[in-house]
Amino acid sequence: MTTQTTTPLETHREESLRVRLIPFIDRYGVLLLVLVMGIVSYLLEPKVFLTWGNISNIFRQIAFNAMLALGEFVVVVTAGIDLSVGSVLALAMMSTAVLARDGYPIPVLIIVPFVVGAAAGVVNGLGLTKLKLPHPFIMTLGMLNIARGLTNLISGGVPISGLPEEVRWMGAGNITLAENFEIPVSLIVILISYALVGFFLQYTRMGRHIYAIGGNPQAARVSGINVERTLVFVYGLCGMLAGFSGLLLAGRTGSGFPNAGLGQELDAISAVIIGGASFFGGRGSVLGVFAGALVIGLLRNILNLQNVQVFWQQVLIGVVIIGVVYLDVLRRRAGSSNV
Amino acid sequence: MSETTPVIEARGICKYFGAVTALEDVNLRLMRGEVLGVVGDNGAGKSTLMKVLAGLYPPDKGELLIDGRPVQFRNPRDAHDRGIEMVYQDLALAGNMRIDENIFLGREHTRKVLGFIPLVDHKENAVRAQEHLDKLKIQVKSVTQRVEDLSGGQRQAVAIARATAFQAQVVIMDEPTAALAIKEVRKVLDLIKDLRNHGIGVILISHRLDDIFYVCDRIMVLFHGRNFAEAPLSQTDRNEVIGWIMGNKSKAGVTANLDLN
Repeated sequence: MTTQTTTPLETHREESLRVRLIPFIDRYGVLLLVLVMGIVSYLLEPKVFLTWGNISNIFRQIAFNAMLALGEFVVVVTAGIDLSVGSVLALAMMSTAVLARDGYPIPVLIIVPFVVGAAAGVVNGLGLTKLKLPHPFIMTLGMLNIARGLTNLISGGVPISGLPEEVRWMGAGNITLAENFEIPVSLIVILISYALVGFFLQYTRMGRHIYAIGGNPQAARVSGINVERTLVFVYGLCGMLAGFSGLLLAGRTGSGFPNAGLGQELDAISAVIIGGASFFGGRGSVLGVFAGALVIGLLRNILNLQNVQVFWQQVLIGVVIIGVVYLDVLRRRAGSSNV
Repeated sequence: MSETTPVIEARGICKYFGAVTALEDVNLRLMRGEVLGVVGDNGAGKSTLMKVLAGLYPPDKGELLIDGRPVQFRNPRDAHDRGIEMVYQDLALAGNMRIDENIFLGREHTRKVLGFIPLVDHKENAVRAQEHLDKLKIQVKSVTQRVEDLSGGQRQAVAIARATAFQAQVVIMDEPTAALAIKEVRKVLDLIKDLRNHGIGVILISHRLDDIFYVCDRIMVLFHGRNFAEAPLSQTDRNEVIGWIMGNKSKAGVTANLDLN
């Protein structure tokens, strides 16, 4: 259906350059941002920044947010949002802590956060699809409160410490490869999870359907895709990863505390958006989200190293979110102006 | 299959939305390799009838027959399985996805990995999509282009390719040329003629009588949710059809239910 014959050569060449450039920035823009931030951090703190101790520390710090962001990303691909991940994290973490206090066996303590998280997520999905609440915002806002309330109910609102070493391993453990060279287990866990979810989204039918639902739910529906079931799965997966995140945080802190993950859903959403996903759905990659989580982690790290007040960190993260999305708007405008 | 058995037939279809009667005792027949134009004013029931045929709405009364045998569609999937495909007015393509992914959306080719894990075979999908587009003489730069980067006519072509990718018997098109640039309209209409030559029955809904008279073999007019008139294209003309659409039959001797049932 193309009629290319009338197109002058000149614009054709220009267009092909843009056609090649835009997907490149689309895919690697946030990685460039990570690189730039790394270089700036290095120039500011040449002695500390590139030490393995500092780098592995960054990964340890971003692990639980990266896990939250991964689940949030899958939801955002469907053009949805999950506000409850921070509370679900707390509920999963506290469930394990309560059971640990009561002496349940280790395997139960490790499995419970996943089950609790997945259950909360499935309830989100069912609320969205069966009750037909107008927007996922509503259902997950409800769950944000429900899960936080339950967290306080089961714990009496007080922290519970003293988790067994085995339960803490994924969140706090290290694998020693050489002297002074330890890899945090949480980093490995994160990398494997990202690889699995990325593979799932790219190479399974359901993964592709998730993108299709984000692109055009009507198209998905008339193609015979069971949109409702897929959404329940997506919210369940997001909840399960939030539970996993709770396990990681419980490991890192060695306890369960009722205010865990308070407001953390916003950091997760920030990572997803900085990573290039669109609120309108159907866009983004796990690689971008990982970079998005890394951007937030790097920003915090360098500001800490520079002894910048924590309040300023929050201000700067806000600026980065707005800046990155604005760049995205500019890019799209440039990309579509001549089409 | 005798030549006189319609590939799809609707008998006495009624559809109500609350107190509103959308369709009342509507009949429709379509033969293989025939292009049937369905016209009528806004709200005459064209789109509703098509959605009944495509399995989106179950009819409140009446029956559907495919190759002379009664069928019931609970959802679009059932209709797909019987070779009934619909190209939607709003195109129903996912703009964020590639052409090949759209063509095979919901019906992706997979290959088993480790003997049991089915994974989407992107390469196979791309090759099959290209073959199918070639068969329909649809040209695109690459099947890996995103649909949102295509022109309106190209998108329509992809939507039609999608509808015909799996042994379609009947393709239903709701205003396929409404949103197109003029130079693209002819290409889509020629594509419809091509489908007919492949033995596919086509139902075309259009407001544009130019389209109808260019491509259709027969025309059927709905008025207020009922059959109003029907004629082979060769036995009518634009003015008469316009009269029918307005609910005016005084000029013509052709009557409703001409050769139905």
